[in-house]
Amino acid sequence: MGHKSDKKLIVEGKRTDGRKFDQLRDVEMKVDVVNRATGSAMVRFGSTVAVAAVHGPRELFPKFMQEQAAGIIRVRYNMAPFSVDDRKSPGPDRRSQEISKVARLALEPSIFLEDFPKATIDVFIEILQADGSTRVTGINAASLALADAGVPMRDLVASCSVGKIDGQLVADLNGLEDNYGEADMAIAMQPGKNKLTLMQMDGAISRDEFEKLVKLAAESCKKIYDMQKKVLKEKYKRE
Amino acid sequence: MDEETREREAREPSIEKEIKEVMKEYPDLAKEALKEVVLPGEFLGDKKGRKIGHGAYFEGEKVFSKYLGIPRIDEFEINVMPLSGVYIPETDDRIIGVINSVEVSGWFVDINSPYQAFLPVSEGVEEFVDQRTDISRFFDINDIINCKVSRVTKSKTVQVSMNDYSAKKLYGGVIIKVTPTKIPRIIGKGGSMIQTIKQATKCDIVVGQNGVIWIRGDIKAKAIEAILTIEKESHMLGLTEKIQKMLGEGV
Repeated sequence: MGHKSDKKLIVEGKRTDGRKFDQLRDVEMKVDVVNRATGSAMVRFGSTVAVAAVHGPRELFPKFMQEQAAGIIRVRYNMAPFSVDDRKSPGPDRRSQEISKVARLALEPSIFLEDFPKATIDVFIEILQADGSTRVTGINAASLALADAGVPMRDLVASCSVGKIDGQLVADLNGLEDNYGEADMAIAMQPGKNKLTLMQMDGAISRDEFEKLVKLAAESCKKIYDMQKKVLKEKYKRE
Repeated sequence: MDEETREREAREPSIEKEIKEVMKEYPDLAKEALKEVVLPGEFLGDKKGRKIGHGAYFEGEKVFSKYLGIPRIDEFEINVMPLSGVYIPETDDRIIGVINSVEVSGWFVDINSPYQAFLPVSEGVEEFVDQRTDISRFFDINDIINCKVSRVTKSKTVQVSMNDYSAKKLYGGVIIKVTPTKIPRIIGKGGSMIQTIKQATKCDIVVGQNGVIWIRGDIKAKAIEAILTIEKESHMLGLTEKIQKMLGEGV
């Protein structure tokens, strides 16, 4: 990330995979993919695949973690060993612990935790295939899974990555652009309320570019939000 | 809504006909069936002094949905009935629980919820119980009881009671668990659906509002199949007919 290379990421006004600057990758969403979970979802952005499963609200153990006034939410982000080119050593590491935490902070403002004191909602995000923007794909899947599980929410959370490659501002970075680009930013928001719940950035950009990037991210999140709504409504189609 | 109905009519006249038939019998049920599902955060309407009931929240004058569910909006109240989720106990719910542990002065009951319920001796048995009595002779671990939620505190400490006409210990049989929000559909309008299943399979069935259903009888497999079908297709139209057909063939 952020290191200079000779690699050309934009050739003749198009990105390496032939997309326009503000175009998302091919997106696929499914709900109810894990039978044993209260709610679950799968989201695919290009070749990044994330599965999220929600268990609960359920009784929280150990008991000292229980809050009398409100419930808590626990998020686990995990990458499968086979999800990357080489092999990822399995289990939690520094990176996945951080992402687990920011994913939790991105989802938390949306949930009515005060509706179930002393209980917990457990969210498991598994990355089956990684090709850039895994955290935002995971958050999108988790948001769908929470809605599918019947958890009371203020709004769905839509998330997307934006960045700067070869001097151009682009949406939805893939693995290559993530690694060799100049900057990348992950954003999660509640599009219905127009509120940001996550913003992380890496790299160097000007203030002007930053504002443009946030705007671009908000537009992309709205697109993803519409797709999320569509897939949830499709599950409960009458007839 | 009108345009949508017309579109639907053009596409599938049979469904429209079916809706009309149902509408004659149960006008409010049919109105409900035609409603679209709403998603968390979806705008439901202005408050206009109405009561915000279950499944909705408001910001200023605007009311939004909390759940993925079916909206119920009238001139007095705004509600959303969720299509999935776990059971959160409320006072006066009639539920089925399984005794989890026997304590000195009562029992802990598993009520298919994030919270355990407590059944005190005074609420559990009518007769006088001496302090030295081992209360497991009334209810023991794994006994199934039909009881009523008598108290729920703000921090969700739940107390249940057997002081109710429907409360009793259930002997034998099996229990199955379904999504609690689908229970009204399993019972049907005025108990019609559950009566159909009971008559066709000759099983004893008790339905708890917490999503636990107790079944006893020789052909309980058929009853379970019917109930699980209702759970799976509860948001669809023409379900009663389908169940009748299904049970009619099997018995």
